[in-house]
Amino acid sequence: MEVGQLQRSFLEYIAALFREGFLDGQFSQLQLLQDESNPDFVVEVVSLFFEDSERLLNDLTKALDQQNVDFIKIDAHVHQLKGSSSSIGAQRVKNACITFRNCCDERNIEACLRCLQEVKQEYLLAKTKLEALFRLEQQIVAAGGAIPILDEFS
Amino acid sequence: MGMAAAASESRFHVLAVDDSLIDRKLIERLLKTSSYQVTTVDSGCKALEFLGWSEEERSNPTETSVSPNIHQELGVNLVITDYCMPGMTGYDLLKKMKQSSYLRNIPVVIMSSEHVPSRINRCLEEGAEEFFLKPVRLSDVNKLKPHLMRTKFKNIMGNQEREESKEEETGIRTQKQQNVGLNKSNAMRKSSDHEGLSLDGLRQKYSGFTVITLLLSLVFSLCFLIFG
Repeated sequence: MEVGQLQRSFLEYIAALFREGFLDGQFSQLQLLQDESNPDFVVEVVSLFFEDSERLLNDLTKALDQQNVDFIKIDAHVHQLKGSSSSIGAQRVKNACITFRNCCDERNIEACLRCLQEVKQEYLLAKTKLEALFRLEQQIVAAGGAIPILDEFS
Repeated sequence: MGMAAAASESRFHVLAVDDSLIDRKLIERLLKTSSYQVTTVDSGCKALEFLGWSEEERSNPTETSVSPNIHQELGVNLVITDYCMPGMTGYDLLKKMKQSSYLRNIPVVIMSSEHVPSRINRCLEEGAEEFFLKPVRLSDVNKLKPHLMRTKFKNIMGNQEREESKEEETGIRTQKQQNVGLNKSNAMRKSSDHEGLSLDGLRQKYSGFTVITLLLSLVFSLCFLIFG
């Protein structure tokens, strides 16, 4: 595929991610911080997010599996996950975390378990889509092109 | 970290404190993009350690040809800290800095992912310059410059001219108090009227003459707030 086509596919794909609420303006802010001196900034930060999230989701699964559920600890984990998803612009993950925190406040285990499932689902979706986006970027760069910026959402 | 020449624009050094690795990476990038020198730490305790170390360097200069700019670089010009951290919160860190005669003049900015007005007010009353809601953006980082410039100006004036610089600061604060009326819906702006009305803010820093000047400014500001 030639560069122009790849770039168009990329723009369409990322526009859809914004439209469908997977990403918000914060992701654009990350892109603005990437330049020649830090060409991999977005990938690096998002990779940290993947590692961090997987650890937190594991911790949450274990915490909800306990005899005596520690809602304070669970809330702290969800707070962290909400923070990091907000920092990279993963809007749907962030919103799922907000709902989760409300369930923690109510100390409702069943609701929390459902919320955890929801967060996991949103996280997996976000991960899949971001990885696809980065692959498109790599293809553009390999074909000698520059990654276009969609700046209407910043 | 070059031996910056005697250029008046030697780089400001910002200490960023956040327990989240992602947020540390983000704030570091934001600050470096704005040409600040950045140190990041993951806790309030480590921040105090770092500040203690750098203040010691500032007050115990080695001999030979050490230019003032070196100390500018080793010293911290602003601290930006997350509010919610395990152990020492950003608020605790702010309090400790304001209690220290060495550290109280370093401007502190608090960041938080949660918009809690009482939290914001508490931090501003304790002396934080700004309160940023996360995620922090470049437009927020642009707001740091005036606070850094004000501190730099005070440092340049030095001890002999300390009286004049305090009156200058009063003038700036009075101006800010006037601006509060125009800007009252902005939850992020430092609550200058709180600061202006708080006698704690005066503390032991000022001479008798400057205290009178400050009190007169307070009276003026009160009149403005009531009638303005």
